[in-house]
Amino acid sequence: MSNVFIAFQLNEDTRPIIEAVLADNPHAVANESPAMVKIDAEGQLVIKRESIEELIGRDFDLQELQINLITISGHLDEDDDEFKLSWLN
Amino acid sequence: MDMNVKKKKLGLKEKYAHMTRGLDWQTSYQPMEKVFPQATFEGIKIHDWDKWEDPFRLTMDAYWKYQAEKERKLYAVLDAFAQNNGHLGITDARYLNAVKLFLTGISPLEYVAHRGFAAAGRNFPGVGPRVACLMQSVDEIRHAQTQIHAISNYNKHYDGFHDFKHMLERVWYLSVPKSFFDDAFSAGPFEWMIAIGFSFEYVLTNLLFVPFMSGAAYNGDMATVTFGFSAQSDEARHMTLGLECIKFMLEQDPDNLPIVQKWIDKWAWRGIRVLSLVGMMMDYMLPKRVMSWKEAWEIYFEQNGGALFADLARYGIKVPDCLTQCSEDKEHISHQTWATFYQYGGAAAFHTWMPNDEEMDWLSAKYPNTFDKYYRARFTYWRDEAEKGNRFYSNTLPMLCQVCQIPMLFTEPGDPTKICYRESEYEGEKYHTCSDGCKHIFDDEPEKYVQSWLPVHQIYQGNCFPEGTDPTAEGFDPLAAVLDWYHFNNGHDNLDFEGSRDQANFAAWRGMATKNT
Ligand SMILES: [Fe+2]
Ligand SMILES: [Fe+2]
Repeated sequence: MSNVFIAFQLNEDTRPIIEAVLADNPHAVANESPAMVKIDAEGQLVIKRESIEELIGRDFDLQELQINLITISGHLDEDDDEFKLSWLN
Repeated sequence: MDMNVKKKKLGLKEKYAHMTRGLDWQTSYQPMEKVFPQATFEGIKIHDWDKWEDPFRLTMDAYWKYQAEKERKLYAVLDAFAQNNGHLGITDARYLNAVKLFLTGISPLEYVAHRGFAAAGRNFPGVGPRVACLMQSVDEIRHAQTQIHAISNYNKHYDGFHDFKHMLERVWYLSVPKSFFDDAFSAGPFEWMIAIGFSFEYVLTNLLFVPFMSGAAYNGDMATVTFGFSAQSDEARHMTLGLECIKFMLEQDPDNLPIVQKWIDKWAWRGIRVLSLVGMMMDYMLPKRVMSWKEAWEIYFEQNGGALFADLARYGIKVPDCLTQCSEDKEHISHQTWATFYQYGGAAAFHTWMPNDEEMDWLSAKYPNTFDKYYRARFTYWRDEAEKGNRFYSNTLPMLCQVCQIPMLFTEPGDPTKICYRESEYEGEKYHTCSDGCKHIFDDEPEKYVQSWLPVHQIYQGNCFPEGTDPTAEGFDPLAAVLDWYHFNNGHDNLDFEGSRDQANFAAWRGMATKNT
């Protein structure tokens, strides 16, 4: 199964997002480069609204991810609760 | 009792359905084919445009909200950068030359991308893709504008930033990225989507923006990092659009497969050729390097592209043939491209130089199979000659590839000591290409590529001198006349970094910023 990935700018907005993603996806690995972090995961990666809200203590709209997003790989499926990346085979 | 009940908001899926469907209408006094004349001639068959779905489910209201926030963040940084002499924070003034190449070679193409997506949105009969193309079109003009705004700070202080638009339409190496976009824009809307939406955005922009912007961060260039990442935050959406578009075409009709495959093969190769410029930027123009071109290629092309093609295999899509050639080329192209710019450094609007010993050691370590064996001795020789006052400049003009417009500088597969070229004949005339990949593209559409505006041919035909120039006058200097026509400040924008005005100014200004005298 191939890797999917997502990369974010490194800043105060993304710190809790990255923390939530890594907690929800134990198979994911974070790779830092200057000013950015790239999270690789085999097969699929799920970002959950609730987990981010718990860490930041306020409502969070998953579309806010776009502000600090750098790149993704894999098929995306986004709804109100989850932002999911996957390869189908 | 009145209760203030919070009205339930529409869910993302419902909102997307309401705001991207039913916005169009059937024509009454003109047939639909006449209103959408470009929708069918490429042979792509679409049966149900409503099957199109943007997985981000982004609607215009949310689009404006998040884009506005990106803009506020970006311009706050640009103000801070300008107010605090941010240009003196970069690692080394050589770095500026990467930014010059970016401004002249990439930013104007953002503008072409804006026009191209506006046209694609106009020409697709389905509402879903029209909305997505509209957003991307607005994104792309934002990229052009923010890049020009960010980089204009450098234009106040350094050479080579003053006339990118004029240069794009004339200068020999800028015809490489320009012709790439012109080729895509002059195709139909579906080919445009494969060329730019899929091949360029999905497969190649990661290689352009991610390592380059990380490199800018590493080299202290806050302005470039910020516009780069701000643009790149839109790219994730663009890549998704490109991938969605390909899946959509392949799912709509089995007859679409061979057409899509042909375009993927063509545009993968076209894109890879353009990226030679990025390879040289990463390996030679960033004073502090993040990763080598070869490493970036392996991560973003071989691994990520490999995953993508493994996934598309279920539709019958095959990995483009040219990719076998690429695994050999990744060890060579950055060195061969930089060597060419070094030799033609008299005719480029940025400075060139040979790497120092420490940098050559880095290149040897990153390219253990090729750098010492094929390039180090030549580069050391040029550097030694320059130190003795014999900086080498080539005064001839190179032959260009009819398709990618890059000078014939790449080598023969299996023999890195021999220049590669291929020849085709069309209507009794000979045409030359740089590789099997470009020859294949030429032979498939010769009627298109015989029209290429090739800068070297144009110079030889006398079309690249300022008006009123008399090439028969005594002492006529053709190179100086061409540079004049390009709007280069001969002696300041071009030539070696060593001894340049940028080098002297940066050293003096940085001295003033760190000392009291
Ligand atoms: Fe763009
Ligand atoms: Fe070529």
